Amino acid sequence: MSDHASTYEPKGPVSKWFDERLPIARMMHGQFVDFPTPRNLNYMWTFGGILTFCLVVQIVTGIVLAMHYVPSGEGAFDSVQKIDRDVNYGWLLQNIHAVGAHMFFFAVFIHMFRGLYYGSYKAPREILWILGVIIFLLMMATGFMGYTLPWGQMSFWGVTVITNLFSAVPIVGDAITQWLWGGYSVTGTTLNRFFALHYLLPFVIFGVVVLHVWALHVAGQNNPTGLEVKTRSDTVPMAPYAVMKDLFALAVFVILFAWFVFFAPDYLGHADNYIEANPLATPAHIVPEWYFLPFYAILRAIPSKLGGVIAMFSAVLILAFVPWLDTSKVRSAKYRPLYKWAFWAFVFTCLALGYLGAKPAEGAYVLWARIFTFLYFAYFLLAMPLLGLYETPRPRPRSITEAVLGRQDDNTAGAPVGAVGAAAAPEKR
Amino acid sequence: MAEEQAEHNRRDFVVIAASAFAGVGALATLWPLVQQMNPDRSAQALATTEVDLEPVEEGQAITIMWRGKPIFVRNRTADEVAAAKEVDLGDLPDPLSRAAFAEGEPATDANRTLAGKEKWLVMVGICTHLGCIPKGQSLSDTKGEFGGWFCPCHGSHYDTAGRIRKGPAPRNMDVPPYEFVSDTKIRIG
Repeated sequence: MSDHASTYEPKGPVSKWFDERLPIARMMHGQFVDFPTPRNLNYMWTFGGILTFCLVVQIVTGIVLAMHYVPSGEGAFDSVQKIDRDVNYGWLLQNIHAVGAHMFFFAVFIHMFRGLYYGSYKAPREILWILGVIIFLLMMATGFMGYTLPWGQMSFWGVTVITNLFSAVPIVGDAITQWLWGGYSVTGTTLNRFFALHYLLPFVIFGVVVLHVWALHVAGQNNPTGLEVKTRSDTVPMAPYAVMKDLFALAVFVILFAWFVFFAPDYLGHADNYIEANPLATPAHIVPEWYFLPFYAILRAIPSKLGGVIAMFSAVLILAFVPWLDTSKVRSAKYRPLYKWAFWAFVFTCLALGYLGAKPAEGAYVLWARIFTFLYFAYFLLAMPLLGLYETPRPRPRSITEAVLGRQDDNTAGAPVGAVGAAAAPEKR
Repeated sequence: MAEEQAEHNRRDFVVIAASAFAGVGALATLWPLVQQMNPDRSAQALATTEVDLEPVEEGQAITIMWRGKPIFVRNRTADEVAAAKEVDLGDLPDPLSRAAFAEGEPATDANRTLAGKEKWLVMVGICTHLGCIPKGQSLSDTKGEFGGWFCPCHGSHYDTAGRIRKGPAPRNMDVPPYEFVSDTKIRIG
């Protein structure tokens, strides 16, 4: 993939002159126009492009919102209401930015589940995957800090609860929280610094995304069969094939996005955030945004403060170790009859934890949260290492081309089948 | 040979000295950048607040602000004081008093209140789990299984001496430094 040479031919004398000095057009052409992409990519592979779109939308709307936002304890709440009501098209920009955060996480979850299902984290894509985990962590930090900015009740108490997580650290915990707050409780000082970081982090994300795409273009894309690209007939040029598919998926995604923006902008938010932050009254029921709910459920499932915090952070960080936890040589779950079940059980576990995270921490909800927390970690620590050892994979096609066009019975009959890994026991179809 | 060796050592010394100089310089540069985030002097200034307890009837509680934090002041009924005193110290998840005036002492009710003024419980009204404000100040609030306070965020129950009894909170609620300046007036801080 990385050794694939660009077919770029500068047309006029100016582009030729430029190409000899800075071959950026040549690089872009090679990486995003005639770049070889597997011919069997399905719509799950369109979310990389969709996520890039989400990041650009958040940065563009965020920069213009910052022109009207007042990052202080006294001014923040009013300025956001002013953006929604007075600023020209402020209602549109603010809604796009707020809904955009939800859509961003929705897309990234599908992108991550895609990676887990098709084994996109396996060699040689470990660094690519870990960069993705870093982007996810940065997204969580950015999303969390962004949520504090409207300075409503949920914003204020969300920051209070999340920053207090650090007070669970032995010995230096209180010093860390006071350092984060710039005081002895959450105040406008805290809001001010979160605004500065919320403005900074998207550009850091952008930088890591560049590395993520770079690593992707070194290894090449994985595909639904999980097989390596072997011949030219396994691929098609990125433009127009993959680009058109990406654009169609993006259009469908934008329809959903726009529906929320124009018809239900507050549907995914909390009514409590329309009450200005009040440090003397905690809302009866604090819940984070939906995309943090599974992790919140894990935090509350553990009956110890430090233990809960460790479990919650582990739930995210364990993703970085997935390339080494999964012992199977077969990438795609398509050919892994048992892992496939484990995967769907894991999806259900995440949804169940999300549901439980939104419920009060009492009675049967606590018990179920503990059961599903166990299942969450069991997927990574039991299913992934053990299934790779005990599962018999189904026979795989010999190539991506064969997977798409069917078996070409010519002179290759009798040749070794199942080129990836030795565990497969191929049978006649 | 000896001369070469000496030359080599002299260069090593210069490299190490220069690196150390740059390293110390980098740390010295980093220090203000980290330190600027800590509470500044104006936030640190230990403000004091005086509270008049005259209007607080028995069984009532008030909440006031001190250092940006809510302070719970409860005028406990005789039953509540008795309940707090009866508790066996072995039943307490946190055995320490957490009172500014009884640092490191056992969490008896006497160590969390001032002598002769046992009916007054004054403490920082912040759940020691993740910083929510527990319910229990107003008469209609749910007060948890131990009749004190209940944190709705993650379900911590506190007793009538503000000690954690059940739930994820690790510590008893803190009792700030305070004193009685007159019979019905306290100064916090």
